[in-house]
Amino acid sequence: MKRAGYFLLYLCLAVVAVFQIFPVVWLFLFSLKDNQDIFSKSPFSLPTEFRWENYEKVWEGGIGTYFWNSIWITAVAIILTVLFASMATFVITRMQWKFSKLVLGLFMVGLMIPIHSSIIPLFSMFLHVNLIDNPWSIVITYTAYNLPITIMILLGFYYTLPSEIEEAAIMDGCSIHRLFFRIILPMTIPVMSTTVIINMIYNWNEFVFVNTFISSDQYKTLTVGIQNFIGQYMTDWGAIGATLVISVLPILLAFLFFSNKVVEGISSSAVKG
Amino acid sequence: MNKVMSNKWIITLYVLPALLLIGVFIFVPLILTGYYGLMDWDGIGAMKFIGLENYINAIQDDKFWESALHSFLLAVFSTASLIIYLLISLILASKIKGADLLRKIYLIPMLLSSVAIAQLWIKVFNPTNGMLNSLLTAIGVDNPPSWLAEPSVVLYAIFIPILWQYAGFYILIYYAALKNIPETLVEAAKIDGATPLQIAFKIKLPLIMGVVKVTIVLAVVGSLKYFDLIYVMTGGGPNGASEVMASYMYKLAFTSNNFGYGSAIGFLLLIITLIVTFIVRKATATKEEIQY
Repeated sequence: MKRAGYFLLYLCLAVVAVFQIFPVVWLFLFSLKDNQDIFSKSPFSLPTEFRWENYEKVWEGGIGTYFWNSIWITAVAIILTVLFASMATFVITRMQWKFSKLVLGLFMVGLMIPIHSSIIPLFSMFLHVNLIDNPWSIVITYTAYNLPITIMILLGFYYTLPSEIEEAAIMDGCSIHRLFFRIILPMTIPVMSTTVIINMIYNWNEFVFVNTFISSDQYKTLTVGIQNFIGQYMTDWGAIGATLVISVLPILLAFLFFSNKVVEGISSSAVKG
Repeated sequence: MNKVMSNKWIITLYVLPALLLIGVFIFVPLILTGYYGLMDWDGIGAMKFIGLENYINAIQDDKFWESALHSFLLAVFSTASLIIYLLISLILASKIKGADLLRKIYLIPMLLSSVAIAQLWIKVFNPTNGMLNSLLTAIGVDNPPSWLAEPSVVLYAIFIPILWQYAGFYILIYYAALKNIPETLVEAAKIDGATPLQIAFKIKLPLIMGVVKVTIVLAVVGSLKYFDLIYVMTGGGPNGASEVMASYMYKLAFTSNNFGYGSAIGFLLLIITLIVTFIVRKATATKEEIQY
Protein backbone atom coordinates (compact mmCIF):
# COMPACT_ATOMS: atom_id res chain seq x y z
CA MET A 1 0.00 0.00 0.00
CA LYS A 2 2.69 2.42 1.03
CA ARG A 3 4.79 1.29 -1.92
CA ALA A 4 1.98 2.00 -4.33
CA GLY A 5 1.51 5.44 -2.79
CA TYR A 6 5.14 6.33 -3.33
CA PHE A 7 5.00 5.01 -6.86
CA LEU A 8 2.04 7.28 -7.59
CA LEU A 9 3.76 10.30 -6.08
CA TYR A 10 6.87 9.74 -8.15
CA LEU A 11 4.74 9.23 -11.22
CA CYS A 12 3.10 12.63 -10.70
CA LEU A 13 6.45 14.34 -10.16
CA ALA A 14 7.91 12.62 -13.20
CA VAL A 15 4.99 13.65 -15.42
CA VAL A 16 5.48 17.25 -14.35
CA ALA A 17 9.23 16.97 -14.94
CA VAL A 18 8.66 15.65 -18.45
CA PHE A 19 6.16 18.43 -19.15
CA GLN A 20 8.71 21.00 -17.95
CA ILE A 21 11.75 19.66 -19.74
CA PHE A 22 10.46 17.93 -22.84
CA PRO A 23 9.78 21.01 -24.98
CA VAL A 24 13.39 22.08 -24.37
CA VAL A 25 14.75 18.64 -25.32
CA TRP A 26 12.50 18.63 -28.36
CA LEU A 27 13.92 22.02 -29.36
CA PHE A 28 17.43 20.63 -29.15
CA LEU A 29 16.42 17.61 -31.24
CA PHE A 30 14.90 19.60 -34.05
CA SER A 31 17.89 21.93 -34.11
CA LEU A 32 19.84 18.90 -35.37
CA LYS A 33 17.39 17.86 -38.06
CA ASP A 34 16.75 19.00 -41.59
CA ASN A 35 13.34 19.78 -42.99
CA GLN A 36 12.92 16.34 -44.46
CA ASP A 37 13.42 14.79 -41.04
CA ILE A 38 11.08 17.31 -39.47
CA PHE A 39 8.23 17.15 -41.93
CA SER A 40 8.19 13.51 -42.94
CA LYS A 41 8.81 11.86 -39.57
CA SER A 42 7.20 11.95 -36.16
CA PRO A 43 8.21 15.00 -34.15
CA PHE A 44 9.38 12.63 -31.41
CA SER A 45 11.85 10.74 -33.55
CA LEU A 46 15.59 11.18 -33.21
CA PRO A 47 17.43 12.93 -36.05
CA THR A 48 18.55 10.44 -38.74
CA GLU A 49 21.85 12.27 -38.81
CA PHE A 50 23.05 14.96 -36.38
CA ARG A 51 23.19 18.07 -38.52
CA TRP A 52 25.55 20.34 -36.63
CA GLU A 53 25.85 22.37 -39.82
CA ASN A 54 22.59 24.07 -38.78
CA TYR A 55 24.61 25.78 -36.07
CA GLU A 56 27.39 26.74 -38.47
CA LYS A 57 24.83 28.13 -40.88
CA VAL A 58 23.09 30.42 -38.39
CA TRP A 59 26.33 31.54 -36.78
CA GLU A 60 27.70 32.56 -40.17
CA GLY A 61 24.33 34.10 -40.96
CA GLY A 62 25.17 36.81 -38.44
CA ILE A 63 23.82 35.75 -35.07
CA GLY A 64 27.28 36.51 -33.66
CA THR A 65 26.62 40.26 -33.60
CA TYR A 66 23.50 39.79 -31.47
CA PHE A 67 25.40 37.41 -29.25
CA TRP A 68 28.22 39.86 -28.47
CA ASN A 69 25.75 42.70 -27.99
CA SER A 70 23.88 40.58 -25.44
CA ILE A 71 27.12 39.79 -23.67
CA TRP A 72 28.51 43.28 -23.31
CA ILE A 73 25.19 44.95 -22.56
CA THR A 74 24.35 42.33 -19.95
CA ALA A 75 27.81 42.61 -18.39
CA VAL A 76 28.01 46.42 -18.26
CA ALA A 77 24.50 46.71 -16.85
CA ILE A 78 25.26 44.09 -14.19
CA ILE A 79 28.44 45.89 -13.09
CA LEU A 80 26.69 49.27 -12.86
CA THR A 81 23.63 47.84 -11.11
CA VAL A 82 25.54 45.86 -8.51
CA LEU A 83 28.01 48.71 -7.84
CA PHE A 84 25.35 51.42 -7.44
CA ALA A 85 23.04 49.10 -5.51
CA SER A 86 25.87 48.12 -3.13
CA MET A 87 26.79 51.77 -2.55
CA ALA A 88 23.18 52.71 -1.87
CA THR A 89 22.55 49.71 0.36
CA PHE A 90 25.72 50.45 2.34
CA VAL A 91 24.58 54.00 2.99
CA ILE A 92 21.00 52.95 3.77
CA THR A 93 21.93 50.19 6.21
CA ARG A 94 25.23 51.26 7.75
CA MET A 95 25.27 55.04 7.92
CA GLN A 96 23.21 57.37 10.07
CA TRP A 97 21.01 59.89 8.33
CA LYS A 98 17.46 61.16 8.52
CA PHE A 99 16.10 60.09 5.14
CA SER A 100 17.37 56.53 4.91
CA LYS A 101 13.90 55.02 5.49
CA LEU A 102 12.34 57.31 2.90
CA VAL A 103 14.96 56.53 0.27
CA LEU A 104 14.62 52.82 0.94
CA GLY A 105 10.85 53.21 0.56
CA LEU A 106 11.33 54.79 -2.88
CA PHE A 107 13.39 51.84 -4.06
CA MET A 108 10.79 49.41 -2.78
CA VAL A 109 7.96 51.27 -4.54
CA GLY A 110 10.05 50.98 -7.71
CA LEU A 111 9.53 47.21 -7.48
CA MET A 112 5.81 47.50 -8.13
CA ILE A 113 5.87 49.64 -11.25
CA PRO A 114 4.77 47.95 -14.50
CA ILE A 115 7.34 48.91 -17.15
CA HIS A 116 4.58 49.39 -19.69
CA SER A 117 3.32 52.34 -17.72
CA SER A 118 6.59 54.17 -18.24
CA ILE A 119 7.85 53.02 -21.61
CA ILE A 120 6.26 55.80 -23.72
CA PRO A 121 7.92 58.66 -21.77
CA LEU A 122 11.19 56.72 -21.71
CA PHE A 123 11.00 56.45 -25.47
CA SER A 124 10.40 60.18 -25.91
CA MET A 125 13.11 61.07 -23.36
CA PHE A 126 15.68 58.98 -25.22
CA LEU A 127 14.48 60.44 -28.51
CA HIS A 128 15.17 63.96 -27.18
CA VAL A 129 18.74 63.19 -26.14
CA ASN A 130 19.50 61.11 -29.23
CA LEU A 131 19.76 57.84 -27.38
CA ILE A 132 17.19 56.00 -29.47
CA ASP A 133 18.90 53.24 -31.43
CA ASN A 134 21.87 53.53 -29.11
CA PRO A 135 22.76 50.55 -26.92
CA TRP A 136 23.45 52.84 -23.94
CA SER A 137 19.74 53.54 -23.65
CA ILE A 138 19.20 49.88 -22.80
CA VAL A 139 22.19 49.72 -20.48
CA ILE A 140 20.78 52.68 -18.51
CA THR A 141 17.24 51.30 -18.34
CA TYR A 142 18.42 47.83 -17.29
CA THR A 143 20.49 49.42 -14.55
CA ALA A 144 17.65 51.60 -13.30
CA TYR A 145 14.98 48.90 -13.40
CA ASN A 146 17.15 46.24 -11.73
CA LEU A 147 18.29 48.50 -8.87
CA PRO A 148 15.21 47.94 -6.64
CA ILE A 149 15.35 44.13 -6.74
CA THR A 150 19.15 44.14 -6.33
CA ILE A 151 18.97 46.43 -3.30
CA MET A 152 16.23 44.25 -1.84
CA ILE A 153 18.39 41.13 -2.06
CA LEU A 154 21.49 42.92 -0.69
CA LEU A 155 19.60 44.52 2.18
CA GLY A 156 19.25 41.51 4.46
CA PHE A 157 22.93 40.67 4.14
CA TYR A 158 24.11 44.21 4.91
CA TYR A 159 21.96 44.33 8.05
CA THR A 160 23.71 41.25 9.41
CA LEU A 161 27.26 42.63 9.04
CA PRO A 162 28.73 43.24 12.51
CA SER A 163 29.27 46.93 13.31
CA GLU A 164 32.58 46.15 15.07
CA ILE A 165 34.25 45.97 11.67
CA GLU A 166 33.40 49.55 10.86
CA GLU A 167 34.32 50.73 14.32
CA ALA A 168 37.71 49.06 14.19
CA ALA A 169 38.40 50.34 10.69
CA ILE A 170 37.46 53.91 11.53
CA MET A 171 39.52 53.79 14.75
CA ASP A 172 42.51 52.78 12.66
CA GLY A 173 41.95 55.89 10.59
CA CYS A 174 40.47 54.18 7.57
CA SER A 175 38.47 56.43 5.23
CA ILE A 176 34.90 55.52 4.33
CA HIS A 177 35.82 54.87 0.72
CA ARG A 178 38.52 52.45 1.85
CA LEU A 179 36.15 50.89 4.35
CA PHE A 180 33.50 50.35 1.68
CA PHE A 181 35.63 49.24 -1.27
CA ARG A 182 38.33 47.34 0.58
CA ILE A 183 36.48 45.83 3.55
CA ILE A 184 32.69 45.80 3.17
CA LEU A 185 32.42 45.06 -0.56
CA PRO A 186 34.66 41.97 -0.44
CA MET A 187 32.65 40.69 2.53
CA THR A 188 29.43 40.80 0.50
CA ILE A 189 30.72 38.60 -2.33
CA PRO A 190 28.33 35.70 -1.58
CA VAL A 191 25.19 37.84 -1.80
CA MET A 192 26.68 39.88 -4.64
CA SER A 193 27.07 36.76 -6.74
CA THR A 194 23.39 35.98 -6.15
CA THR A 195 22.42 39.42 -7.43
CA VAL A 196 24.77 39.05 -10.41
CA ILE A 197 22.99 35.85 -11.43
CA ILE A 198 19.53 37.37 -11.05
CA ASN A 199 20.59 40.41 -13.07
CA MET A 200 22.11 38.17 -15.68
CA ILE A 201 18.87 36.23 -16.17
CA TYR A 202 16.85 39.46 -16.42
CA ASN A 203 19.21 41.30 -18.76
CA TRP A 204 19.95 38.40 -21.04
CA ASN A 205 16.26 37.69 -21.58
CA GLU A 206 14.90 41.23 -21.64
CA PHE A 207 12.71 41.94 -24.62
CA VAL A 208 10.50 45.04 -24.44
CA PHE A 209 13.15 47.72 -23.99
CA VAL A 210 15.37 46.44 -26.80
CA ASN A 211 12.39 45.94 -29.05
CA THR A 212 11.29 49.53 -28.44
CA PHE A 213 14.54 51.48 -28.29
CA ILE A 214 16.74 49.68 -30.83
CA SER A 215 16.00 49.52 -34.53
CA SER A 216 19.29 48.75 -36.30
CA ASP A 217 20.44 45.17 -36.51
CA GLN A 218 23.97 46.00 -35.41
CA TYR A 219 22.78 47.00 -31.90
CA LYS A 220 20.13 44.34 -31.30
CA THR A 221 20.56 41.76 -28.58
CA LEU A 222 19.77 38.07 -28.98
CA THR A 223 16.18 38.19 -27.70
CA VAL A 224 15.10 40.68 -30.34
CA GLY A 225 17.68 39.74 -32.96
CA ILE A 226 16.54 36.14 -33.19
CA GLN A 227 13.01 37.38 -33.89
CA ASN A 228 13.92 38.70 -37.36
CA PHE A 229 16.51 36.02 -37.78
CA ILE A 230 13.71 33.51 -37.57
CA GLY A 231 11.88 35.51 -40.22
CA GLN A 232 14.75 34.81 -42.64
CA TYR A 233 14.58 31.08 -42.02
CA MET A 234 10.79 30.97 -42.00
CA THR A 235 10.57 27.39 -43.18
CA ASP A 236 13.94 26.02 -42.14
CA TRP A 237 13.04 24.57 -38.76
CA GLY A 238 16.50 23.18 -38.15
CA ALA A 239 18.05 26.63 -38.48
CA ILE A 240 15.38 28.13 -36.22
CA GLY A 241 16.05 25.46 -33.62
CA ALA A 242 19.80 26.11 -33.76
CA THR A 243 19.21 29.86 -33.36
CA LEU A 244 17.05 29.31 -30.29
CA VAL A 245 19.48 26.85 -28.73
CA ILE A 246 22.35 29.33 -29.17
CA SER A 247 20.27 32.04 -27.53
CA VAL A 248 19.40 30.00 -24.44
CA LEU A 249 22.68 28.14 -24.05
CA PRO A 250 24.64 30.70 -21.97
CA ILE A 251 21.90 30.88 -19.34
CA LEU A 252 21.52 27.11 -19.22
CA LEU A 253 25.28 26.73 -18.79
CA ALA A 254 25.31 29.34 -16.03
CA PHE A 255 22.49 27.41 -14.37
CA LEU A 256 24.43 24.18 -14.65
CA PHE A 257 27.43 25.67 -12.86
CA PHE A 258 25.74 27.99 -10.40
CA SER A 259 22.38 26.34 -9.88
CA ASN A 260 22.44 26.82 -6.12
CA LYS A 261 23.07 30.54 -6.51
CA VAL A 262 20.26 30.77 -9.05
CA VAL A 263 17.86 28.94 -6.77
CA GLU A 264 18.88 31.14 -3.84
CA GLY A 265 18.58 34.30 -5.89
CA ILE A 266 15.17 33.51 -7.32
CA SER A 267 13.70 32.52 -3.98
CA SER A 268 15.12 35.52 -2.15
CA SER A 269 14.04 37.92 -4.86
CA ALA A 270 10.50 36.64 -4.72
CA VAL A 271 9.61 35.88 -1.14
CA LYS A 272 10.61 39.22 0.30
CA GLY A 273 8.62 40.98 -2.41
CA MET B 1 32.82 57.31 14.93
CA ASN B 2 29.29 58.66 14.61
CA LYS B 3 30.64 61.73 12.94
CA VAL B 4 32.35 59.69 10.26
CA MET B 5 29.34 57.44 9.73
CA SER B 6 26.99 60.38 9.23
CA ASN B 7 29.11 62.38 6.83
CA LYS B 8 26.55 64.06 4.57
CA TRP B 9 28.88 64.33 1.57
CA ILE B 10 29.68 60.66 1.59
CA ILE B 11 26.02 59.69 1.99
CA THR B 12 25.00 61.89 -0.93
CA LEU B 13 27.85 60.66 -3.09
CA TYR B 14 26.99 57.00 -2.50
CA VAL B 15 23.23 57.10 -2.76
CA LEU B 16 22.92 59.63 -5.57
CA PRO B 17 23.72 57.45 -8.61
CA ALA B 18 21.06 54.90 -7.69
CA LEU B 19 18.55 57.50 -6.61
CA LEU B 20 18.99 59.58 -9.76
CA LEU B 21 18.60 56.52 -11.96
CA ILE B 22 15.31 55.39 -10.42
CA GLY B 23 14.08 58.97 -10.18
CA VAL B 24 14.76 59.87 -13.80
CA PHE B 25 13.99 56.51 -15.41
CA ILE B 26 11.21 55.10 -13.22
CA PHE B 27 9.34 57.84 -11.34
CA VAL B 28 9.50 60.77 -13.76
CA PRO B 29 8.23 58.61 -16.67
CA LEU B 30 5.27 57.49 -14.55
CA ILE B 31 4.19 61.07 -13.97
CA LEU B 32 4.77 61.87 -17.65
CA THR B 33 2.57 58.93 -18.68
CA GLY B 34 -0.34 60.44 -16.81
CA TYR B 35 0.44 63.82 -18.38
CA TYR B 36 0.82 62.51 -21.96
CA GLY B 37 -2.56 60.86 -21.49
CA LEU B 38 -4.05 64.36 -21.57
CA MET B 39 -2.58 65.03 -25.01
CA ASP B 40 -3.41 64.36 -28.60
CA TRP B 41 0.06 63.31 -29.77
CA ASP B 42 1.62 61.08 -32.41
CA GLY B 43 4.96 60.79 -30.58
CA ILE B 44 6.94 63.11 -32.85
CA GLY B 45 4.85 66.18 -33.74
CA ALA B 46 3.48 68.84 -31.39
CA MET B 47 1.31 67.85 -28.44
CA LYS B 48 -2.19 69.20 -28.22
CA PHE B 49 -3.88 69.39 -24.84
CA ILE B 50 -7.27 67.70 -24.97
CA GLY B 51 -8.04 67.26 -21.28
CA LEU B 52 -9.54 63.96 -20.18
CA GLU B 53 -10.73 62.93 -23.63
CA ASN B 54 -8.27 60.01 -23.94
CA TYR B 55 -9.22 58.72 -20.50
CA ILE B 56 -12.94 59.01 -21.26
CA ASN B 57 -12.44 57.24 -24.59
CA ALA B 58 -10.46 54.50 -22.85
CA ILE B 59 -13.23 53.89 -20.35
CA GLN B 60 -15.73 53.57 -23.22
CA ASP B 61 -13.36 51.50 -25.35
CA ASP B 62 -14.68 47.92 -25.72
CA LYS B 63 -11.30 46.71 -26.97
CA PHE B 64 -9.61 47.98 -23.84
CA TRP B 65 -12.10 46.21 -21.58
CA GLU B 66 -11.81 43.06 -23.65
CA SER B 67 -8.04 43.12 -23.19
CA ALA B 68 -8.53 43.84 -19.47
CA LEU B 69 -10.84 40.83 -19.26
CA HIS B 70 -8.14 38.65 -20.83
CA SER B 71 -5.61 39.96 -18.30
CA PHE B 72 -7.99 39.14 -15.45
CA LEU B 73 -8.62 35.66 -16.87
CA LEU B 74 -4.86 35.11 -16.91
CA ALA B 75 -4.73 36.27 -13.30
CA VAL B 76 -7.45 33.77 -12.35
CA PHE B 77 -5.69 30.94 -14.19
CA SER B 78 -2.32 31.76 -12.65
CA THR B 79 -3.79 31.91 -9.16
CA ALA B 80 -5.64 28.63 -9.64
CA SER B 81 -2.48 26.95 -10.91
CA LEU B 82 -0.80 27.86 -7.62
CA ILE B 83 -2.79 24.99 -6.08
CA ILE B 84 -1.04 22.48 -8.35
CA TYR B 85 2.37 24.01 -7.62
CA LEU B 86 1.61 23.88 -3.90
CA LEU B 87 0.67 20.18 -4.08
CA ILE B 88 3.84 19.37 -6.02
CA SER B 89 5.94 21.25 -3.48
CA LEU B 90 4.27 19.42 -0.59
CA ILE B 91 5.21 16.11 -2.22
CA LEU B 92 8.74 17.33 -2.99
CA ALA B 93 9.30 18.51 0.56
CA SER B 94 8.15 15.26 2.16
CA LYS B 95 11.73 14.00 2.19
CA ILE B 96 11.53 12.35 -1.15
CA LYS B 97 14.65 11.18 -2.98
CA GLY B 98 15.76 13.35 -5.90
CA ALA B 99 13.73 16.36 -4.75
CA ASP B 100 16.58 18.78 -5.43
CA LEU B 101 17.13 17.50 -8.94
CA LEU B 102 13.41 17.58 -9.79
CA ARG B 103 13.08 21.10 -8.44
CA LYS B 104 15.95 22.20 -10.67
CA ILE B 105 14.42 20.55 -13.72
CA TYR B 106 11.14 22.34 -13.03
CA LEU B 107 12.99 25.65 -12.95
CA ILE B 108 14.58 25.44 -16.41
CA PRO B 109 11.77 27.14 -18.41
CA MET B 110 12.02 30.15 -16.09
CA LEU B 111 15.56 30.78 -17.37
CA LEU B 112 14.68 30.98 -21.05
CA SER B 113 13.91 34.24 -22.81
CA SER B 114 10.31 34.89 -23.71
CA VAL B 115 11.20 35.05 -27.40
CA ALA B 116 12.76 31.60 -27.25
CA ILE B 117 9.80 30.26 -25.27
CA ALA B 118 7.37 31.88 -27.68
CA GLN B 119 9.10 30.48 -30.77
CA LEU B 120 9.38 27.06 -29.16
CA TRP B 121 5.68 26.94 -28.31
CA ILE B 122 4.67 28.27 -31.72
CA LYS B 123 6.39 25.12 -33.00
CA VAL B 124 4.71 22.96 -30.36
CA PHE B 125 1.30 24.36 -31.39
CA ASN B 126 2.01 24.08 -35.12
CA PRO B 127 -1.12 22.44 -36.58
CA THR B 128 0.59 20.18 -39.13
CA ASN B 129 3.71 18.81 -37.47
CA GLY B 130 3.85 20.38 -34.03
CA MET B 131 4.40 18.21 -30.99
CA LEU B 132 0.94 18.74 -29.53
CA ASN B 133 -1.18 17.89 -32.56
CA SER B 134 1.05 14.96 -33.54
CA LEU B 135 0.45 13.60 -30.07
CA LEU B 136 -3.30 14.24 -30.27
CA THR B 137 -3.62 12.57 -33.68
CA ALA B 138 -1.59 9.62 -32.41
CA ILE B 139 -4.04 9.03 -29.56
CA GLY B 140 -6.97 9.26 -31.95
CA VAL B 141 -8.19 12.86 -31.90
CA ASP B 142 -9.45 13.50 -35.42
CA ASN B 143 -9.38 17.22 -35.92
CA PRO B 144 -7.21 18.91 -33.31
CA PRO B 145 -7.60 22.70 -33.41
CA SER B 146 -5.01 24.94 -35.03
CA TRP B 147 -4.42 26.44 -31.61
CA LEU B 148 -3.02 29.90 -32.26
CA ALA B 149 -5.26 30.69 -35.22
CA GLU B 150 -8.63 30.05 -33.60
CA PRO B 151 -10.10 32.96 -31.67
CA SER B 152 -12.02 30.69 -29.29
CA VAL B 153 -9.00 28.72 -28.07
CA VAL B 154 -6.00 31.00 -28.63
CA LEU B 155 -6.18 32.65 -25.22
CA TYR B 156 -6.18 29.33 -23.35
CA ALA B 157 -3.49 27.94 -25.65
CA ILE B 158 -1.27 30.88 -24.69
CA PHE B 159 -1.92 30.40 -20.97
CA ILE B 160 -0.24 26.98 -21.12
CA PRO B 161 3.29 28.21 -21.93
CA ILE B 162 2.86 30.98 -19.37
CA LEU B 163 2.02 28.44 -16.66
CA TRP B 164 4.87 26.27 -17.96
CA GLN B 165 7.27 29.19 -17.72
CA TYR B 166 6.46 30.05 -14.10
CA ALA B 167 5.81 26.59 -12.60
CA GLY B 168 9.37 26.15 -11.38
CA PHE B 169 9.44 29.63 -9.88
CA TYR B 170 6.46 29.04 -7.60
CA ILE B 171 7.45 25.46 -6.78
CA LEU B 172 10.86 26.78 -5.75
CA ILE B 173 9.34 29.42 -3.45
CA TYR B 174 6.96 26.94 -1.78
CA TYR B 175 9.69 24.35 -1.45
CA ALA B 176 12.04 26.86 0.20
CA ALA B 177 9.29 27.87 2.64
CA LEU B 178 8.43 24.25 3.45
CA LYS B 179 12.09 23.48 4.09
CA ASN B 180 12.16 26.28 6.66
CA ILE B 181 9.55 24.61 8.86
CA PRO B 182 11.33 23.31 11.96
CA GLU B 183 11.74 19.55 11.95
CA THR B 184 10.57 19.32 15.59
CA LEU B 185 7.02 20.38 14.68
CA VAL B 186 6.65 17.63 12.10
CA GLU B 187 8.25 15.09 14.47
CA ALA B 188 5.88 16.04 17.27
CA ALA B 189 2.88 15.55 14.97
CA LYS B 190 4.18 12.17 13.89
CA ILE B 191 4.49 11.06 17.49
CA ASP B 192 0.90 12.14 18.06
CA GLY B 193 -0.04 9.79 15.23
CA ALA B 194 -0.72 12.24 12.41
CA THR B 195 -0.76 10.75 8.90
CA PRO B 196 1.43 12.26 6.15
CA LEU B 197 -1.66 13.86 4.63
CA GLN B 198 -2.65 15.41 7.93
CA ILE B 199 0.88 16.71 8.41
CA ALA B 200 0.84 18.24 4.94
CA PHE B 201 -2.53 19.96 5.15
CA LYS B 202 -3.02 20.59 8.87
CA ILE B 203 0.50 21.55 9.83
CA LYS B 204 2.74 22.46 6.90
CA LEU B 205 0.18 24.31 4.79
CA PRO B 206 -1.02 26.66 7.56
CA LEU B 207 2.60 27.39 8.46
CA ILE B 208 3.50 28.61 4.96
CA MET B 209 0.24 30.52 4.42
CA GLY B 210 2.18 33.80 4.59
CA VAL B 211 4.31 32.78 1.62
CA VAL B 212 1.24 31.48 -0.24
CA LYS B 213 -0.35 34.90 0.13
CA VAL B 214 2.75 36.60 -1.25
CA THR B 215 2.65 34.31 -4.27
CA ILE B 216 -1.02 35.12 -4.86
CA VAL B 217 -0.11 38.80 -5.03
CA LEU B 218 2.83 38.01 -7.33
CA ALA B 219 0.69 35.86 -9.64
CA VAL B 220 -2.13 38.41 -9.89
CA VAL B 221 0.09 41.45 -10.38
CA GLY B 222 2.40 39.57 -12.76
CA SER B 223 -0.61 38.52 -14.85
CA LEU B 224 -2.03 42.02 -15.09
CA LYS B 225 1.19 43.36 -16.57
CA TYR B 226 1.97 40.28 -18.65
CA PHE B 227 3.17 41.05 -22.16
CA ASP B 228 6.21 39.36 -23.71
CA LEU B 229 5.00 35.91 -24.68
CA ILE B 230 1.66 37.09 -25.98
CA TYR B 231 3.24 39.85 -28.05
CA VAL B 232 5.68 37.46 -29.72
CA MET B 233 3.35 34.48 -30.13
CA THR B 234 0.22 36.10 -31.51
CA GLY B 235 0.64 39.87 -31.33
CA GLY B 236 -2.73 39.88 -29.57
CA GLY B 237 -4.46 38.18 -32.48
CA PRO B 238 -6.28 36.71 -34.20
CA ASN B 239 -8.46 39.80 -34.24
CA GLY B 240 -7.77 40.80 -30.63
CA ALA B 241 -8.70 37.39 -29.23
CA SER B 242 -5.51 37.19 -27.16
CA GLU B 243 -4.92 40.89 -26.53
CA VAL B 244 -4.03 41.86 -22.96
CA MET B 245 -3.80 45.34 -21.42
CA ALA B 246 -0.06 45.76 -21.94
CA SER B 247 -0.09 44.50 -25.53
CA TYR B 248 -3.04 46.76 -26.37
CA MET B 249 -1.20 49.75 -24.92
CA TYR B 250 1.99 48.86 -26.78
CA LYS B 251 0.18 48.47 -30.06
CA LEU B 252 -1.59 51.83 -29.72
CA ALA B 253 1.65 53.67 -29.04
CA PHE B 254 4.28 51.94 -31.12
CA THR B 255 2.26 50.52 -34.02
CA SER B 256 -0.53 53.06 -34.48
CA ASN B 257 1.59 56.02 -33.26
CA ASN B 258 -1.25 57.06 -30.99
CA PHE B 259 1.03 58.05 -28.10
CA GLY B 260 -1.52 60.15 -26.24
CA TYR B 261 -4.15 57.44 -26.15
CA GLY B 262 -1.51 54.76 -25.48
CA SER B 263 -0.28 56.78 -22.51
CA ALA B 264 -3.80 57.02 -21.11
CA ILE B 265 -4.12 53.23 -21.34
CA GLY B 266 -0.65 52.86 -19.79
CA PHE B 267 -1.71 55.07 -16.88
CA LEU B 268 -4.93 53.09 -16.42
CA LEU B 269 -2.83 49.91 -16.43
CA LEU B 270 -0.78 51.37 -13.58
CA ILE B 271 -3.86 52.40 -11.59
CA ILE B 272 -5.61 49.05 -12.13
CA THR B 273 -2.44 47.19 -11.08
CA LEU B 274 -2.07 49.29 -7.93
CA ILE B 275 -5.75 48.96 -6.97
CA VAL B 276 -5.79 45.20 -7.54
CA THR B 277 -2.53 44.80 -5.59
CA PHE B 278 -4.08 46.74 -2.73
CA ILE B 279 -7.28 44.64 -2.81
CA VAL B 280 -5.44 41.31 -3.00
CA ARG B 281 -3.12 42.36 -0.18
CA LYS B 282 -6.09 43.40 1.96
CA ALA B 283 -7.98 40.23 1.16
CA THR B 284 -5.05 38.01 2.05
CA ALA B 285 -3.79 39.97 5.05
CA THR B 286 -3.57 38.03 8.30
CA LYS B 287 -4.32 39.59 11.64
CA GLU B 288 -1.76 37.53 13.46
CA GLU B 289 1.62 36.43 12.28
CA ILE B 290 2.39 32.77 12.78
CA GLN B 291 5.35 32.32 15.06
CA TYR B 292 7.41 29.20 15.22
